[in-house]
Amino acid sequence: MSKVLNDIKAIGKGLATTFRSMLEPPVTVQYPEQKRPVSKRYRGRHVLRRYENGLERCIGCSLCAAACPADAIFVEAAENTDEERYSPGERYAAVYEINYLRCIFCGYCEEACPTQAIVLTDQYELSFTDRRDAIYTKERLLEPVPADGKPTPQKTPPGVFVKPIPEMPDFPEWKP
Amino acid sequence: MDTALLLEWTIKALLLIVILLTGFAYLTLMERKVLARIQVRIGPNRAGPYGLLQPVADGIKLLFKESIIPAKADKVIFVLAPLITVIPALAINAVLPWGRTVTVFGREVSLYVADINVALLYVMAIASIAVYGVTLAGWSSNNKYALLGGLRAAAQMISYELALGLSLLGPVLLAGSLSLVDIVESQRRMWYIVYQPLAAIIFFITSVAELNRAPFDLPEAEQELTAGYHTEYSGMKFALFYMAEYVKMITVSALFAVLFLGGYLGPFESQYPWLGPIYLLIKILVGLYVLIWLRATLPRFRYDQLMRLGWKVLFPLALFNVVVTAVFVVLLG
Repeated sequence: MSKVLNDIKAIGKGLATTFRSMLEPPVTVQYPEQKRPVSKRYRGRHVLRRYENGLERCIGCSLCAAACPADAIFVEAAENTDEERYSPGERYAAVYEINYLRCIFCGYCEEACPTQAIVLTDQYELSFTDRRDAIYTKERLLEPVPADGKPTPQKTPPGVFVKPIPEMPDFPEWKP
Repeated sequence: MDTALLLEWTIKALLLIVILLTGFAYLTLMERKVLARIQVRIGPNRAGPYGLLQPVADGIKLLFKESIIPAKADKVIFVLAPLITVIPALAINAVLPWGRTVTVFGREVSLYVADINVALLYVMAIASIAVYGVTLAGWSSNNKYALLGGLRAAAQMISYELALGLSLLGPVLLAGSLSLVDIVESQRRMWYIVYQPLAAIIFFITSVAELNRAPFDLPEAEQELTAGYHTEYSGMKFALFYMAEYVKMITVSALFAVLFLGGYLGPFESQYPWLGPIYLLIKILVGLYVLIWLRATLPRFRYDQLMRLGWKVLFPLALFNVVVTAVFVVLLG
């Protein structure tokens, strides 16, 4: 008998809990008017970055395509000349396509890139209605030109942009 | 026949059907909103302001859905089964008293469709027909899960109908009549929930089981028996099953209010009879809220626990209540 009373009391406590939860403010986020902020290292859409002077960072080495576990990236390199320079160094990516039907947003391409050209940003609103629209070409992926830079292709003086990676400060002497 | 009387009945019946169907539509919205609030979220609020056009959107969606009848299903019974479930749900409401008489266009109109002197017997009889609809739906679907779900639902409904009928006898003994209008009128001094708390609780619990609602919703749970007896139903036929359940929710709340909470009685009701329906509406809303609250809180009963509760606990308690009430009525006259 006391067990029955205890059970009824338990039901009553449950009902009280749900009633009290009615008085809490709801946690709904009214998307798309309000959006939840993303975390700092969120892996969204890719962007091909540029240097401050406007040259593209991507040198067409296709390390990102090699690293991609889903085989979503297609890179075709071409040769840079000083009259028509897209990136420092000898090569640039003439064709650069990411297939968002294959991409799993793992970020391995970002880790593999030697010039920090391909990065994943916080854009997650990527819906498309046609499968062809899922293949993002270089134009769609490239970052806009920064304020103090010039658009590519640029005409550059010879001998300045020879190395594909910019000058890095020396590492401090490693001491055992 | 007196044409004015015939017209009065027709208008009242049509008005009742319209009110019930609109009430059913907005009950679905109320349930979703209240469930959402209990779960610390907002319910539908995109279709119309505060989601008020959501039932319209749902109705249009269900109307446009393809009507699928399984290949080897018994077509006639498959189509009839939802009707057999829905029509009793609507028919029970004919005897509910919404108020006493009001004067409309110089004519005394009573605020109920019919006042038969065996109203409660009519209610029980019609409610039992709905069991046929459920069983036939399960059987005609040609699907073993639907069949089992239908049988389980039918067994559950008839087991709890016993205790339901017995719990109804409490107010009947106190009022001395089966007519719902008489029962309401005899609660003028004191509502019956004060004299019959046990019967009220048993009535509420058994009617939740009759409705196949949580926590007694095993026959129609999605996780068990792949949605039970309405597995194979789509579109408008499914909407009819849904309608039957929600209209019965309104009916059951109304019956609880009429039998135990004084129906349309309330302060100043005798001077202004129009207040009667408003009081009844408030009581029905309270009953509906409790039904939704129960659904949000309690986990589902296992089938054997459900049967055990119905036969071994509620039925003896209801019998005990009838005996004690009868003794008191005889002793106190």
